[in-house]
Amino acid sequence: MKSSRRKFLKIAGVSALGLGVRPVLDVLASSAEHEATSKPEIKKGKDALTAKRWAMVVDTRKIESQEDVKPMIEACHKIHNVPDFENKNHEIKWIWLEEFKHEFPTQEHEFVDERLRELPFLTLCNHCENAACVRVCPTKATFKREDGIVLMDFHRCIGCRFCMAACPYGSRSFNFRDPRPFIKEQNPEFPTRSKGVVEKCNFCAERLAVGKLPACVEVSNGVLTFGDLDDPESEVREILRTNYTIRRKPALGAGPSIFYIV
Amino acid sequence: MTNNKKIYDKGMVIIGLCIFVVVITFPFWFNLGNAAPAPEPKIADKAKAAKECVMPKAYMKVEHMQILNEWRDTVVRDAKRIFVNSSGKEFNMSLTSTCLDCHTEKAEFCDKCHDYASVSPYCWECHIDPKETK
Repeated sequence: MKSSRRKFLKIAGVSALGLGVRPVLDVLASSAEHEATSKPEIKKGKDALTAKRWAMVVDTRKIESQEDVKPMIEACHKIHNVPDFENKNHEIKWIWLEEFKHEFPTQEHEFVDERLRELPFLTLCNHCENAACVRVCPTKATFKREDGIVLMDFHRCIGCRFCMAACPYGSRSFNFRDPRPFIKEQNPEFPTRSKGVVEKCNFCAERLAVGKLPACVEVSNGVLTFGDLDDPESEVREILRTNYTIRRKPALGAGPSIFYIV
Repeated sequence: MTNNKKIYDKGMVIIGLCIFVVVITFPFWFNLGNAAPAPEPKIADKAKAAKECVMPKAYMKVEHMQILNEWRDTVVRDAKRIFVNSSGKEFNMSLTSTCLDCHTEKAEFCDKCHDYASVSPYCWECHIDPKETK
């Protein structure tokens, strides 16, 4: 078949036009579909509490004995399915008690008054501004959230325990055994952990998401105050303005978000 | 030129080959027609009543693991816990509180297919089936 140049160019032109029309039709078709159904969306709950940097103040003047602080520890450990191992070496702690000399080792001296020496200090993860655990975690299982909470993604933790070595406050515990048999009463709302995973306080991220204060704060009878450190009008800032407060091992530069009135 | 295409001990070789073929294909013809039927996951009454899952059924059947992965990442890492599906309905992104709330029979719904497909997702090492709590 003989074909003239003129005929070839005509066919080529029509073909090019045809190729150009197709994408335009596709766009029109898909936009018509879009009106019927929208794309799924993911968002925060409307009651969620938000902040720039969550912080806590512990007013130790309101603590007299262990009886005053035990309910806070129990409340936390119960809702978070924290196991109770008899073996001290396997202990898992989210919030626990410490003596003054261990809580503030650089402030300790032989003439510390008796009240402080005997007082049980509430201790938990400091949710540091420059958290060493976040920096060393090889899988980013520990990370810093936008609101300042140092959180763990248990799904990602490989149990290397670098974070435990890095944390200067001993806030982290490792599951040497399957914790499930050692949980007295399981709370189905919160997962347990599995063997080989590190865990610590999460500042009750799951409660903040539904507009509740951390469990320990709720039962603390005013011993604990929780709020936004970045908001000058917040209650924690008001307390920090009007009281002398200290933090644990400040010289390390970790920038803890837990403050103590002693 | 002599014919050198002769098989020595022809009879024995052929019998041996036959036995070899029979033995090697044994698993195939022995199990012929005995294939385990694909399990049909039991939809709990509550899920039936709800009629619709968070996404269309066909999507959930094939892609539920993707959506669960996405949920766990956004909940833990982005602190976003509400899923709005294409028809505008809101769900709390929670395996225990939302999925298992409708699909009440984990053993009949999740485990049945997972066992058949020989996959063992580690969800339940940590997440709790309210039915199995003590």
